[in-house]
Amino acid sequence: MSASAASAPSEDARLRYVLRLADTSLILGQRLAEWVGHAPALEEDLGLANIALDLIGQARLLLSYAAELEGRGRTEDELAFLRDAPQFLNLTLVEQPNGDFGRTLVRQLLVSAFQLELYEALKTCADARLAEIAAKALKETRYHVRYSASWVVRLGDGTAQSHARVQDALDELWPFTGELFAEDDVDAAMVAAGIAPRAAAVQARWSARIDAVLTEATLSRPADSVFPWHGKGGVHTEHLGYMLAEMQFLQRAYPGAEW
Amino acid sequence: MVSALSLTSQLAPAPTDWQAEVWRLLGEVNDPEIPILSIIDLGIVRYVRGASREALHVGLTPTYSGCPATEVIRRLVEEKLARAGFGRIVIETLLAPPWTSDWITPAARLKLAAYGIAPPVEAVSNPRRLFAAAPVGCPRCKSTKTRLISEFGSTPCKAHYMCAECLEPFDYFKCI
Repeated sequence: MSASAASAPSEDARLRYVLRLADTSLILGQRLAEWVGHAPALEEDLGLANIALDLIGQARLLLSYAAELEGRGRTEDELAFLRDAPQFLNLTLVEQPNGDFGRTLVRQLLVSAFQLELYEALKTCADARLAEIAAKALKETRYHVRYSASWVVRLGDGTAQSHARVQDALDELWPFTGELFAEDDVDAAMVAAGIAPRAAAVQARWSARIDAVLTEATLSRPADSVFPWHGKGGVHTEHLGYMLAEMQFLQRAYPGAEW
Repeated sequence: MVSALSLTSQLAPAPTDWQAEVWRLLGEVNDPEIPILSIIDLGIVRYVRGASREALHVGLTPTYSGCPATEVIRRLVEEKLARAGFGRIVIETLLAPPWTSDWITPAARLKLAAYGIAPPVEAVSNPRRLFAAAPVGCPRCKSTKTRLISEFGSTPCKAHYMCAECLEPFDYFKCI
Protein backbone atom coordinates (compact mmCIF):
# COMPACT_ATOMS: atom_id res chain seq x y z
CA MET A 1 0.00 0.00 0.00
CA SER A 2 1.14 3.50 -0.77
CA ALA A 3 1.92 5.72 2.20
CA SER A 4 -0.36 8.44 0.84
CA ALA A 5 -3.34 9.10 3.10
CA ALA A 6 -5.73 9.25 0.19
CA SER A 7 -4.71 6.73 -2.43
CA ALA A 8 -7.87 5.62 -4.20
CA PRO A 9 -8.69 1.97 -3.56
CA SER A 10 -9.31 -0.28 -6.53
CA GLU A 11 -12.97 -0.37 -7.47
CA ASP A 12 -12.98 -4.05 -6.61
CA ALA A 13 -11.80 -3.39 -3.05
CA ARG A 14 -14.45 -0.72 -2.60
CA LEU A 15 -17.17 -2.99 -3.93
CA ARG A 16 -16.12 -5.86 -1.69
CA TYR A 17 -15.97 -3.58 1.34
CA VAL A 18 -19.48 -2.24 0.70
CA LEU A 19 -20.80 -5.77 0.13
CA ARG A 20 -19.34 -6.87 3.48
CA LEU A 21 -21.25 -4.13 5.26
CA ALA A 22 -24.41 -4.80 3.24
CA ASP A 23 -24.37 -8.57 3.65
CA THR A 24 -23.64 -8.35 7.37
CA SER A 25 -26.76 -6.21 7.84
CA LEU A 26 -28.89 -8.28 5.48
CA ILE A 27 -28.03 -11.68 6.97
CA LEU A 28 -28.41 -10.47 10.55
CA GLY A 29 -31.74 -8.84 9.63
CA GLN A 30 -32.95 -12.10 8.06
CA ARG A 31 -31.85 -14.09 11.12
CA LEU A 32 -33.70 -11.75 13.47
CA ALA A 33 -36.81 -11.95 11.32
CA GLU A 34 -36.96 -15.68 12.17
CA TRP A 35 -38.13 -14.56 15.62
CA VAL A 36 -41.30 -12.93 14.33
CA GLY A 37 -44.20 -14.67 16.06
CA HIS A 38 -41.88 -16.67 18.35
CA ALA A 39 -40.34 -14.19 20.81
CA PRO A 40 -40.98 -14.68 24.54
CA ALA A 41 -43.26 -11.62 24.74
CA LEU A 42 -45.07 -9.39 22.27
CA GLU A 43 -42.85 -6.40 23.10
CA GLU A 44 -39.70 -8.37 22.33
CA ASP A 45 -41.25 -9.75 19.17
CA LEU A 46 -41.79 -6.16 18.03
CA GLY A 47 -38.33 -5.16 19.21
CA LEU A 48 -36.54 -7.86 17.24
CA ALA A 49 -38.71 -7.24 14.18
CA ASN A 50 -37.95 -3.51 14.33
CA ILE A 51 -34.21 -4.13 14.54
CA ALA A 52 -34.51 -6.55 11.62
CA LEU A 53 -36.33 -3.84 9.67
CA ASP A 54 -33.60 -1.28 10.38
CA LEU A 55 -30.91 -3.74 9.31
CA ILE A 56 -32.67 -4.71 6.10
CA GLY A 57 -33.23 -1.01 5.35
CA GLN A 58 -29.51 -0.36 5.83
CA ALA A 59 -28.71 -3.38 3.66
CA ARG A 60 -30.89 -1.99 0.87
CA LEU A 61 -29.03 1.33 0.88
CA LEU A 62 -25.68 -0.45 0.86
CA LEU A 63 -26.68 -3.03 -1.76
CA SER A 64 -27.96 -0.28 -4.07
CA TYR A 65 -24.58 1.41 -3.76
CA ALA A 66 -22.79 -1.92 -4.36
CA ALA A 67 -24.90 -2.50 -7.47
CA GLU A 68 -23.84 0.90 -8.83
CA LEU A 69 -20.19 0.25 -8.05
CA GLU A 70 -20.40 -3.11 -9.75
CA GLY A 71 -21.83 -1.46 -12.85
CA ARG A 72 -23.21 -4.65 -14.36
CA GLY A 73 -26.81 -3.56 -14.28
CA ARG A 74 -27.73 -5.77 -11.31
CA THR A 75 -30.19 -4.39 -8.78
CA GLU A 76 -30.20 -4.56 -4.97
CA ASP A 77 -32.78 -7.35 -5.21
CA GLU A 78 -30.64 -9.40 -7.58
CA LEU A 79 -27.68 -9.04 -5.24
CA ALA A 80 -29.78 -10.16 -2.28
CA PHE A 81 -31.68 -12.98 -3.90
CA LEU A 82 -29.55 -14.34 -6.71
CA ARG A 83 -26.08 -14.72 -5.24
CA ASP A 84 -25.00 -18.01 -3.73
CA ALA A 85 -23.26 -18.44 -0.37
CA PRO A 86 -19.64 -18.01 -1.58
CA GLN A 87 -20.58 -14.62 -3.05
CA PHE A 88 -21.93 -13.39 0.29
CA LEU A 89 -19.31 -11.45 2.24
CA ASN A 90 -20.98 -11.11 5.65
CA LEU A 91 -19.20 -11.69 8.93
CA THR A 92 -19.46 -15.33 9.97
CA LEU A 93 -20.89 -14.29 13.34
CA VAL A 94 -24.16 -12.97 11.90
CA GLU A 95 -25.11 -16.20 10.10
CA GLN A 96 -24.89 -18.23 13.32
CA PRO A 97 -28.28 -19.67 14.34
CA ASN A 98 -30.46 -17.72 16.77
CA GLY A 99 -30.46 -20.34 19.53
CA ASP A 100 -32.50 -19.12 22.48
CA PHE A 101 -33.53 -15.51 23.12
CA GLY A 102 -30.43 -14.88 25.24
CA ARG A 103 -28.07 -16.15 22.58
CA THR A 104 -29.77 -13.98 19.95
CA LEU A 105 -29.27 -10.91 22.16
CA VAL A 106 -25.62 -11.76 22.90
CA ARG A 107 -24.95 -12.02 19.14
CA GLN A 108 -26.83 -8.75 18.63
CA LEU A 109 -24.79 -6.92 21.23
CA LEU A 110 -21.48 -8.16 19.78
CA VAL A 111 -22.47 -7.08 16.25
CA SER A 112 -24.33 -3.86 17.07
CA ALA A 113 -21.50 -2.56 19.24
CA PHE A 114 -19.15 -3.26 16.31
CA GLN A 115 -21.41 -1.54 13.79
CA LEU A 116 -21.75 1.42 16.15
CA GLU A 117 -18.00 2.07 16.16
CA LEU A 118 -17.70 1.37 12.46
CA TYR A 119 -20.51 3.73 11.43
CA GLU A 120 -19.23 6.36 13.84
CA ALA A 121 -15.93 6.32 11.92
CA LEU A 122 -17.46 5.94 8.45
CA LYS A 123 -19.83 8.87 8.84
CA THR A 124 -16.91 11.24 8.22
CA CYS A 125 -15.01 9.04 5.75
CA ALA A 126 -13.70 9.95 2.30
CA ASP A 127 -16.47 8.07 0.49
CA ALA A 128 -19.42 10.50 0.55
CA ARG A 129 -22.06 7.89 -0.24
CA LEU A 130 -20.86 5.55 2.47
CA ALA A 131 -20.62 8.48 4.88
CA GLU A 132 -24.27 9.41 4.46
CA ILE A 133 -25.47 5.82 4.82
CA ALA A 134 -23.33 5.44 7.96
CA ALA A 135 -24.71 8.65 9.48
CA LYS A 136 -28.23 7.36 8.95
CA ALA A 137 -27.51 3.85 10.21
CA LEU A 138 -25.63 5.11 13.25
CA LYS A 139 -28.75 6.64 14.79
CA GLU A 140 -30.59 3.34 14.48
CA THR A 141 -27.66 1.27 15.70
CA ARG A 142 -27.51 3.21 18.97
CA TYR A 143 -30.93 1.80 19.79
CA HIS A 144 -29.83 -1.71 18.85
CA VAL A 145 -26.89 -1.48 21.25
CA ARG A 146 -29.05 -0.09 24.00
CA TYR A 147 -31.71 -2.76 23.54
CA SER A 148 -29.33 -5.71 23.33
CA ALA A 149 -27.12 -4.46 26.17
CA SER A 150 -30.11 -4.04 28.48
CA TRP A 151 -31.18 -7.65 27.83
CA VAL A 152 -27.70 -9.08 28.25
CA VAL A 153 -27.49 -7.31 31.62
CA ARG A 154 -30.94 -8.49 32.68
CA LEU A 155 -30.26 -12.11 31.74
CA GLY A 156 -26.63 -12.20 32.88
CA ASP A 157 -27.46 -10.63 36.23
CA GLY A 158 -30.71 -12.59 36.45
CA THR A 159 -31.33 -16.11 37.69
CA ALA A 160 -28.72 -18.87 37.86
CA GLN A 161 -30.40 -20.41 34.83
CA SER A 162 -30.43 -17.23 32.69
CA HIS A 163 -26.86 -16.41 33.73
CA ALA A 164 -25.60 -19.85 32.74
CA ARG A 165 -27.36 -19.71 29.38
CA VAL A 166 -26.06 -16.31 28.29
CA GLN A 167 -22.57 -17.17 29.52
CA ASP A 168 -22.69 -20.32 27.36
CA ALA A 169 -23.86 -18.27 24.40
CA LEU A 170 -21.07 -15.78 24.94
CA ASP A 171 -18.47 -18.56 25.16
CA GLU A 172 -19.76 -20.11 21.93
CA LEU A 173 -20.01 -16.89 19.95
CA TRP A 174 -16.89 -15.15 21.19
CA PRO A 175 -14.44 -16.96 18.86
CA PHE A 176 -16.32 -15.48 15.87
CA THR A 177 -15.51 -11.95 17.01
CA GLY A 178 -11.88 -12.41 15.94
CA GLU A 179 -12.99 -11.89 12.35
CA LEU A 180 -14.41 -8.44 13.15
CA PHE A 181 -10.94 -7.04 13.70
CA ALA A 182 -8.81 -9.03 11.29
CA GLU A 183 -7.68 -6.70 8.49
CA ASP A 184 -7.16 -8.27 5.09
CA ASP A 185 -6.18 -6.72 1.71
CA VAL A 186 -9.60 -5.19 1.16
CA ASP A 187 -9.61 -3.53 4.59
CA ALA A 188 -6.03 -2.34 4.15
CA ALA A 189 -6.87 -0.73 0.80
CA MET A 190 -9.86 1.02 2.33
CA VAL A 191 -7.84 2.22 5.32
CA ALA A 192 -5.18 3.58 2.98
CA ALA A 193 -7.87 5.44 1.03
CA GLY A 194 -9.07 7.19 4.17
CA ILE A 195 -12.38 5.33 4.08
CA ALA A 196 -12.24 2.50 6.62
CA PRO A 197 -11.00 3.06 10.18
CA ARG A 198 -8.11 0.99 11.50
CA ALA A 199 -9.36 -2.28 12.93
CA ALA A 200 -7.28 -1.82 16.07
CA ALA A 201 -8.96 1.52 16.83
CA VAL A 202 -12.41 0.04 16.35
CA GLN A 203 -11.47 -2.95 18.47
CA ALA A 204 -10.30 -0.84 21.40
CA ARG A 205 -13.57 1.10 21.57
CA TRP A 206 -15.69 -2.01 20.99
CA SER A 207 -13.81 -3.88 23.66
CA ALA A 208 -14.30 -1.14 26.26
CA ARG A 209 -18.03 -1.00 25.59
CA ILE A 210 -18.44 -4.78 25.69
CA ASP A 211 -16.42 -5.02 28.91
CA ALA A 212 -18.65 -2.44 30.58
CA VAL A 213 -21.78 -4.40 29.65
CA LEU A 214 -20.31 -7.77 30.66
CA THR A 215 -19.23 -6.42 34.03
CA GLU A 216 -22.71 -5.10 34.73
CA ALA A 217 -24.14 -8.40 33.54
CA THR A 218 -21.76 -10.35 35.86
CA LEU A 219 -20.55 -12.31 32.84
CA SER A 220 -16.95 -13.25 32.22
CA ARG A 221 -15.22 -12.28 29.03
CA PRO A 222 -13.94 -15.35 27.20
CA ALA A 223 -10.30 -15.49 26.12
CA ASP A 224 -9.55 -14.53 22.52
CA SER A 225 -8.78 -17.49 20.33
CA VAL A 226 -7.55 -18.24 16.85
CA PHE A 227 -10.48 -18.19 14.44
CA PRO A 228 -10.66 -20.28 11.31
CA TRP A 229 -13.63 -18.45 9.76
CA HIS A 230 -13.57 -15.99 6.92
CA GLY A 231 -17.14 -15.06 6.01
CA LYS A 232 -16.07 -11.69 4.66
CA GLY A 233 -13.88 -13.58 2.21
CA GLY A 234 -16.86 -15.70 1.11
CA VAL A 235 -15.96 -18.78 3.17
CA HIS A 236 -18.94 -19.56 5.38
CA THR A 237 -20.20 -22.00 7.97
CA GLU A 238 -22.84 -24.44 6.73
CA HIS A 239 -25.59 -22.34 8.33
CA LEU A 240 -25.60 -19.70 5.60
CA GLY A 241 -26.63 -22.08 2.81
CA TYR A 242 -29.76 -23.21 4.66
CA MET A 243 -30.64 -19.63 5.41
CA LEU A 244 -30.29 -18.53 1.81
CA ALA A 245 -32.35 -21.50 0.65
CA GLU A 246 -35.25 -20.08 2.63
CA MET A 247 -34.58 -16.41 1.96
CA GLN A 248 -34.10 -16.84 -1.79
CA PHE A 249 -36.66 -19.57 -2.49
CA LEU A 250 -39.30 -17.32 -4.00
CA GLN A 251 -36.99 -15.51 -6.43
CA ARG A 252 -35.35 -18.78 -7.44
CA ALA A 253 -38.65 -20.56 -8.03
CA TYR A 254 -40.44 -17.58 -9.63
CA PRO A 255 -37.70 -15.41 -11.12
CA GLY A 256 -38.58 -11.73 -11.22
CA ALA A 257 -41.72 -12.14 -9.09
CA GLU A 258 -42.92 -8.84 -7.61
CA TRP A 259 -45.70 -7.89 -5.25
CA MET B 1 -50.83 24.96 6.76
CA VAL B 2 -48.93 27.49 8.80
CA SER B 3 -46.03 25.06 9.05
CA ALA B 4 -46.06 24.52 5.30
CA LEU B 5 -45.75 28.23 4.65
CA SER B 6 -43.02 28.77 7.21
CA LEU B 7 -41.02 25.88 5.76
CA THR B 8 -41.49 27.29 2.30
CA SER B 9 -40.04 30.57 3.40
CA GLN B 10 -37.09 28.82 5.03
CA LEU B 11 -36.16 26.53 2.22
CA ALA B 12 -37.17 28.44 -0.89
CA PRO B 13 -36.94 32.17 -0.26
CA ALA B 14 -39.04 33.27 -3.24
CA PRO B 15 -41.54 30.53 -3.96
CA THR B 16 -43.37 30.72 -7.21
CA ASP B 17 -47.12 30.27 -7.13
CA TRP B 18 -46.90 26.68 -8.21
CA GLN B 19 -44.26 25.88 -5.60
CA ALA B 20 -46.47 27.31 -2.88
CA GLU B 21 -49.26 25.15 -4.24
CA VAL B 22 -47.05 22.06 -4.06
CA TRP B 23 -46.18 22.79 -0.42
CA ARG B 24 -49.87 23.28 0.34
CA LEU B 25 -50.73 19.94 -1.31
CA LEU B 26 -47.90 18.14 0.48
CA GLY B 27 -49.36 19.44 3.73
CA GLU B 28 -52.41 17.34 2.90
CA VAL B 29 -50.42 14.11 2.48
CA ASN B 30 -50.55 12.27 5.76
CA ASP B 31 -48.14 9.74 7.15
CA PRO B 32 -49.73 6.31 6.64
CA GLU B 33 -48.72 5.09 10.10
CA ILE B 34 -49.46 8.26 12.08
CA PRO B 35 -52.30 9.70 10.03
CA ILE B 36 -52.77 12.80 12.19
CA LEU B 37 -49.42 14.10 10.95
CA SER B 38 -48.70 15.35 7.46
CA ILE B 39 -45.35 14.68 5.87
CA ILE B 40 -44.55 18.37 6.41
CA ASP B 41 -45.36 18.06 10.14
CA LEU B 42 -42.84 15.21 10.25
CA GLY B 43 -40.17 17.26 8.53
CA ILE B 44 -39.49 14.69 5.82
CA VAL B 45 -40.07 17.02 2.82
CA ARG B 46 -36.67 18.58 2.14
CA TYR B 47 -37.32 20.63 -0.98
CA VAL B 48 -39.55 21.38 -3.94
CA ARG B 49 -37.63 22.43 -7.03
CA GLY B 50 -38.06 22.62 -10.75
CA ALA B 51 -38.44 24.81 -13.77
CA SER B 52 -42.20 24.61 -14.00
CA ARG B 53 -45.21 22.64 -12.93
CA GLU B 54 -44.44 20.31 -15.81
CA ALA B 55 -41.05 19.27 -14.42
CA LEU B 56 -40.66 19.28 -10.69
CA HIS B 57 -38.49 17.56 -8.14
CA VAL B 58 -39.55 16.77 -4.60
CA GLY B 59 -36.88 15.76 -2.07
CA LEU B 60 -38.00 13.36 0.65
CA THR B 61 -35.95 11.84 3.44
CA PRO B 62 -36.85 8.59 5.25
CA THR B 63 -37.29 8.64 9.02
CA TYR B 64 -35.70 5.19 9.44
CA SER B 65 -33.71 3.29 6.78
CA GLY B 66 -36.16 0.42 6.77
CA CYS B 67 -39.39 2.32 7.36
CA PRO B 68 -42.03 0.59 5.23
CA ALA B 69 -44.02 3.82 5.00
CA THR B 70 -41.34 5.41 2.79
CA GLU B 71 -42.55 3.67 -0.38
CA VAL B 72 -46.18 4.41 0.40
CA ILE B 73 -45.40 8.09 0.97
CA ARG B 74 -43.64 8.33 -2.39
CA ARG B 75 -46.71 6.96 -4.09
CA LEU B 76 -49.07 9.22 -2.14
CA VAL B 77 -47.04 12.29 -3.12
CA GLU B 78 -46.95 11.31 -6.80
CA GLU B 79 -50.65 10.64 -6.78
CA LYS B 80 -51.52 13.87 -5.00
CA LEU B 81 -49.50 16.06 -7.35
CA ALA B 82 -50.58 14.20 -10.49
CA ARG B 83 -54.20 14.63 -9.52
CA ALA B 84 -53.65 18.37 -9.07
CA GLY B 85 -52.42 18.53 -12.66
CA PHE B 86 -48.67 18.61 -12.15
CA GLY B 87 -46.58 17.07 -14.91
CA ARG B 88 -43.42 15.00 -14.70
CA ILE B 89 -42.78 14.51 -10.99
CA VAL B 90 -39.41 13.23 -9.83
CA ILE B 91 -39.19 12.15 -6.21
CA GLU B 92 -35.65 12.17 -4.88
CA THR B 93 -34.71 10.31 -1.72
CA LEU B 94 -32.11 12.06 0.41
CA LEU B 95 -30.14 10.49 3.22
CA ALA B 96 -27.98 13.45 4.20
CA PRO B 97 -28.40 15.17 6.50
CA PRO B 98 -30.14 12.25 8.22
CA TRP B 99 -33.66 12.88 9.47
CA THR B 100 -33.95 13.71 13.14
CA SER B 101 -36.99 13.89 15.39
CA ASP B 102 -35.95 17.52 16.04
CA TRP B 103 -37.51 18.31 12.64
CA ILE B 104 -40.99 17.43 13.87
CA THR B 105 -42.69 20.82 14.01
CA PRO B 106 -43.92 22.29 17.34
CA ALA B 107 -47.52 22.18 16.10
CA ALA B 108 -47.06 18.52 15.22
CA ARG B 109 -45.81 17.76 18.73
CA LEU B 110 -49.08 19.09 20.13
CA LYS B 111 -51.04 17.01 17.62
CA LEU B 112 -49.11 13.90 18.63
CA ALA B 113 -49.83 14.44 22.33
CA ALA B 114 -53.52 15.07 21.64
CA TYR B 115 -53.60 11.84 19.60
CA GLY B 116 -52.16 9.84 22.53
CA ILE B 117 -48.54 9.55 21.37
CA ALA B 118 -45.98 11.20 23.65
CA PRO B 119 -43.80 13.48 21.48
CA PRO B 120 -40.00 13.25 21.60
CA VAL B 121 -38.89 14.85 24.86
CA GLU B 122 -35.69 16.60 23.96
CA ALA B 123 -33.27 17.62 21.28
CA VAL B 124 -31.23 14.63 20.30
CA SER B 125 -28.08 13.33 18.72
CA ASN B 126 -26.17 13.04 21.95
CA PRO B 127 -25.54 9.30 22.30
CA ARG B 128 -25.05 9.59 26.05
CA ARG B 129 -28.61 10.85 26.29
CA LEU B 130 -29.82 7.43 25.25
CA PHE B 131 -28.77 6.05 28.59
CA ALA B 132 -30.10 8.85 30.81
CA ALA B 133 -33.01 10.34 28.96
CA ALA B 134 -35.42 12.91 30.39
CA PRO B 135 -38.69 11.50 31.78
CA VAL B 136 -41.47 10.90 29.27
CA GLY B 137 -44.85 12.37 30.20
CA CYS B 138 -48.05 10.37 29.85
CA PRO B 139 -50.05 11.89 26.97
CA ARG B 140 -53.32 11.17 28.82
CA CYS B 141 -52.85 12.21 32.46
CA LYS B 142 -49.56 14.16 32.04
CA SER B 143 -47.90 12.24 34.86
CA THR B 144 -44.16 11.73 34.49
CA LYS B 145 -44.33 8.54 36.55
CA THR B 146 -43.97 6.38 33.48
CA ARG B 147 -41.83 3.42 32.62
CA LEU B 148 -40.35 2.03 29.47
CA ILE B 149 -41.90 -1.29 28.48
CA SER B 150 -39.97 -1.76 25.26
CA GLU B 151 -37.47 0.27 23.28
CA PHE B 152 -39.46 -0.63 20.18
CA GLY B 153 -43.17 -0.12 19.71
CA SER B 154 -45.70 -0.55 16.93
CA THR B 155 -43.48 1.17 14.35
CA PRO B 156 -39.71 1.71 14.14
CA CYS B 157 -40.07 5.34 15.29
CA LYS B 158 -41.95 4.55 18.52
CA ALA B 159 -41.15 3.03 21.90
CA HIS B 160 -43.70 1.46 24.23
CA TYR B 161 -44.35 3.02 27.66
CA MET B 162 -46.76 2.59 30.52
CA CYS B 163 -48.06 5.22 32.92
CA ALA B 164 -47.81 4.26 36.61
CA GLU B 165 -50.45 6.87 37.52
CA CYS B 166 -53.34 6.14 35.15
CA LEU B 167 -52.01 2.66 34.22
CA GLU B 168 -52.52 3.25 30.49
CA PRO B 169 -49.95 1.96 28.03
CA PHE B 170 -48.91 4.48 25.38
CA ASP B 171 -46.58 5.02 22.43
CA TYR B 172 -43.64 7.39 22.68
CA PHE B 173 -42.13 8.95 19.56
CA LYS B 174 -38.41 8.25 20.02
CA CYS B 175 -35.67 10.83 19.82
CA ILE B 176 -33.37 9.98 16.98
